[in-house]
Amino acid sequence: MTVTLVTLLKILVIYGGLINVAALMTLAERKVSAWMQFRIGPNRVGPWGVLQPLADGVKFIFKEEFTPEGANKFLFRIAPMLSAVPAMLTVAVLPLAGDIAIPKLGTFDLPFFGPTELGGITTNLSITDLDISVLFVLAVSGLSIYGIILGGWASNSKYSLLGALRASAQMISYELTLMLSLLSIVVMTGSLDLREIATSQATIGQWHIWTQPLAFILFVVATFAETNRHPFDFAECEPELVGGFHTEYSSMKFALFFMGEYCAMAVMSGLTVTFFLGGFGVPFWPDAPWFVELPAFLAKTAFFLFLFIWVRWTLPRFRFDQLMGLSWKWLLNLALFNLFLTGLASALGWF
Amino acid sequence: MLEQYAPILMLLAAVMGFALFNIGLSELVGRRRRAVGKEAAYECGMGSYGTNARLRLSIHFYLVAVLFILFDVEVLLLVPWAVAAKGFGEAGVGMHVFGCVAAFLIVLEVGLAYVWAKGGLTWDR
Amino acid sequence: MSTTRSQVFEYERGAAAQELKDDPLHGEAMVLNMGPQHPATHGVLRLVVTLDGETMRDVDADVGYLHRGKEKTCESLGWAKFFPHTDRLDYVQPLANNIAYALSIEKLAGIQVPERGQILRVLLMEVSRIAAHLIYLGTTCIDLGAITMFFACFKERETIYNFLDAYTGHRMNNTYVRIGGVYADLDETSTGILRTWLKDFPRAVDTFEKFLTGNRIWYDRNRNIGIIDRQMALDWSLNGPNLRGAGVDADLRKLEPYSGYERYDFEVPVGTVGDCYDRYLVRVEEMRQSARICVQALDLLEKTKGGEFLSEDRRYVLPPKGDVHRSMEELIFQFKIVTDLRLPKGEAYVPIESSKGELGFYLVSDGTAKPQRCHIRAPGLMNVQAIPILSRGRLLSDMVSLIGSLDFVMGEVDR
Repeated sequence: MTVTLVTLLKILVIYGGLINVAALMTLAERKVSAWMQFRIGPNRVGPWGVLQPLADGVKFIFKEEFTPEGANKFLFRIAPMLSAVPAMLTVAVLPLAGDIAIPKLGTFDLPFFGPTELGGITTNLSITDLDISVLFVLAVSGLSIYGIILGGWASNSKYSLLGALRASAQMISYELTLMLSLLSIVVMTGSLDLREIATSQATIGQWHIWTQPLAFILFVVATFAETNRHPFDFAECEPELVGGFHTEYSSMKFALFFMGEYCAMAVMSGLTVTFFLGGFGVPFWPDAPWFVELPAFLAKTAFFLFLFIWVRWTLPRFRFDQLMGLSWKWLLNLALFNLFLTGLASALGWF
Repeated sequence: MLEQYAPILMLLAAVMGFALFNIGLSELVGRRRRAVGKEAAYECGMGSYGTNARLRLSIHFYLVAVLFILFDVEVLLLVPWAVAAKGFGEAGVGMHVFGCVAAFLIVLEVGLAYVWAKGGLTWDR
Repeated sequence: MSTTRSQVFEYERGAAAQELKDDPLHGEAMVLNMGPQHPATHGVLRLVVTLDGETMRDVDADVGYLHRGKEKTCESLGWAKFFPHTDRLDYVQPLANNIAYALSIEKLAGIQVPERGQILRVLLMEVSRIAAHLIYLGTTCIDLGAITMFFACFKERETIYNFLDAYTGHRMNNTYVRIGGVYADLDETSTGILRTWLKDFPRAVDTFEKFLTGNRIWYDRNRNIGIIDRQMALDWSLNGPNLRGAGVDADLRKLEPYSGYERYDFEVPVGTVGDCYDRYLVRVEEMRQSARICVQALDLLEKTKGGEFLSEDRRYVLPPKGDVHRSMEELIFQFKIVTDLRLPKGEAYVPIESSKGELGFYLVSDGTAKPQRCHIRAPGLMNVQAIPILSRGRLLSDMVSLIGSLDFVMGEVDR
C-alpha cells in the first residue's frame, strides 16, 4: 500500500516538476535570448515575467482550433499527443536522487482500504528503476517521431509534409549516433540501468565526461538533433518551411508539440548528466543525502538546458544535406570508432 | 519483476490524461468562427497547386529509412555484448569476444563506406 | 494570340514535373508557393518552386505584389511633389533614393549643387549605405538562423536612426534632399552622434565578422552557393555588391563620380568566387569603407563650415522655410516651385551607386509641369532575375541563402 502511495506521490511530484520545468523553459528561452539580444524580454506578467508561461497556457486554451481542408482528422488530433507523450514518459526512469528513507508514520484508517500501516520503507527518487532503463529511454523517445511525421502528413499541407520528412529523416539518423555513443558507456559500466550508471561515477574523476570525451560530444550533438533544436531545427525551420510540421496547428495542439519538445530537452539534459556528469552525485561528498543530491542533479541539468538556449541564439542553422552528411559521414563513423576503442580497452582490461 | 513497469503505466495514464484534458479543454472553450479560406492549407497566401499534398516522395527519404533500419538492428545486436563486455574480460575471453565484435564493427563500417561510395549519403543530386 | 509569361512558367513547370513523373527514382514534383507571404522572401516576392524531395527543379520568380505605380505617380504629381515617394522605393535607404532623383532633376535643370551640399549628400548616402547593408546582414542572418545577429545589426542601425532623427527630424522616410542641395545644414548634436558612432562602428563590424566569417556553419551555408560568374553577372546586368562579388570591379562612385566622390579616399572590394560568401564579404567591407568616407566627409564639413548647402537658383530651388513665412516673394517662389515647377525640355539620367547597385531615375521633360516619363532603374529588379537561374538544381535551403545574399527590397523591385 505504501509503495503504491509513494509511487503516486513520486509521479505527481516528478511529472509535475517536469511540466513546470518545460513551462519555465519557455520563459527562460525568451529571457535568455532577450539578454543576448539587448532586449528586456517578458516582464509584464508577474515579477520578471515569471507568470508568462501561465498566461501563455491560458491563451493557448482559448485560441481557435481549426483543421485544414483535406486533413486526416483523427491523425491530426492525436499527432500532438503522440509527440508529447513519449517525451514526457521518458522521465519515468530518470534517477533524480539516491535513497529516501520514509519513517514509520503509523496506522491510518483509509477509505476503501481500511486500517493501513504507512511508512517504514526506503525508496529511490525516480518513478521507477528498470534494469534496462537505457533501452527504455531510447525506445520511448524514439516514438516521438511518429507524432511529428503524422502531424505533418495529416495536415495535408506541403510545408508540413516537408517539415515532417526532414524531421523524421534527421531524428532517425541521429538516433544511431545517440545509441552508439551510449553503448560505449554501457561497455564501461556493464549495465543498462541508469541508476547504476550514475552511481558508478562516484567521484569527479570517474565521470564519463573524462573517460569518454568523444562519446560525450557525440551524445550532446545527437541530443540537439533528437530534440529538434537549433542548429538542427529542421522540423520547423521557419525561414524555409514557415512552421514545418506544425504550420497548420493552432491552440493547445500547437502547445503540446512544444511541451513535448521542452520536456524532451529536460529529459535529454538529465540523461546527459546521468551518463556523463555523475548523475545525482555531489562532487566531493560521496554519501550526500537526497535533498542535496536532487539540487545537484537539477543544477547540472540546468547547465545543459542553458546550453540548449545558448546554442540556439548563437549559431546559424545547418543546411539539410549538411545535417544528414554530418550524421552519416562523421558522427556515425566517430561513434563506431569510439565503440571500437572502448571495446578494445575493455578487452585489454583497462577498466 | 514486471511490477517495476507498473509505475510507467501509471505515468502513462497521467501523461495521456494531461494531453487529452488540454486538447479537450481547448476544443471545448476555444472559439470557432468559420470563414472562407480559413481552412485552406497554408501556402503563403496563394492557392495551392493541386488539392492533395501527399505526393510520391523522393527516394532519398526512403533510403535514409532503410539505412536506419539496417544500422539500428546492427546496433541492437551490439547491446548484449556491451552489457557483458566486462564479464567476458573477467572470464578471460575478453580478447576473443572482442575479435568477433571488431569483425562485426568492421563489416558495419565497410557497409557504410559502400553506401557512401554509391552516393547513398549524397543529397545534392 | 501571344504567350503570356505565366503560360511560359506553366509550360516549364509541366516539363519539369513530367520529367520527374517518368523517373521512378524521384518523387512526384511538388509545386510549392514560396511567398508572397513567406518569412524568407524579404517582403512579397513570390517564388513558385517545383520540388523533387529537397531539390528545386524549377523556380519561377513572380514579382509585382508591391506594385504601387510609382513611375506613373511621378508623371501625374509633378517634379517636386514626387520626393516623398522616392523614400518608399528602397525603404531601407530613403536618402539615397532622394539624392538619385534630385541628381537627375538637377542635370535636367542645369543646377550646380554647392560644395557643402555635395559633401552633406555624400555623408547621407554613405550613412544610408551602411544602414542598408546592416539590414542585409541582419535579415540574411535571421534567414540562416542566427537571430541574435539581427539584433546586433539593428543596434548599430538604431544609432543611424538616432542620427537621422536628430539631423533630418525623421527616422525613416526622411525626404530631406531638395533640388539643389539638402534642406538644412548639419548641426552640432547630429555631428556629435555621428562622430561617436563612427568611432565605434569599425569595432562592431569586427564583431560581426567574428560571429560569422570564421563560423563553419555560416561558411558552409554560403560558400559555393549561388555562384555568379563574371560573364553571367554582366549578361544579366546584375549590379552592386552582387556584381562586385562576381569579380567585376565596377563601382559608379569610381567609374562616373557624382557629388564629388572623386575627392574621397576609399577602396572598392571585389570578390573572387562570386558566391553568397563573397557577396557577404564584399558588403561587410563596403560598410567599413563607407564609414571611412563618412569620416572624411565630416572632416570636409569642418573645413567648409558656414558654406552654402542649397543652391540659390530660385527658378528651381525652394526658398528656406523661415523666409517663406516672412517674405511675400519667397512665398510666391515656394508656391510656384511646389505646384508648377517647369524644367527645360530634354532628358536626363544620372545613376548613383546605391547599396543595391546602379540606381537611377530616367526623366523626360517636355517643358510642362509634369514629367513626360519617369523610369526608375531599380537595381533590385535586375538582381531578382538571378534567382531562378541560380537556384535550379539546388536544395530548398539554399534558396534562403540566395535570397538573402542577392539583397533586394521589394519596394524598389515592384515600385
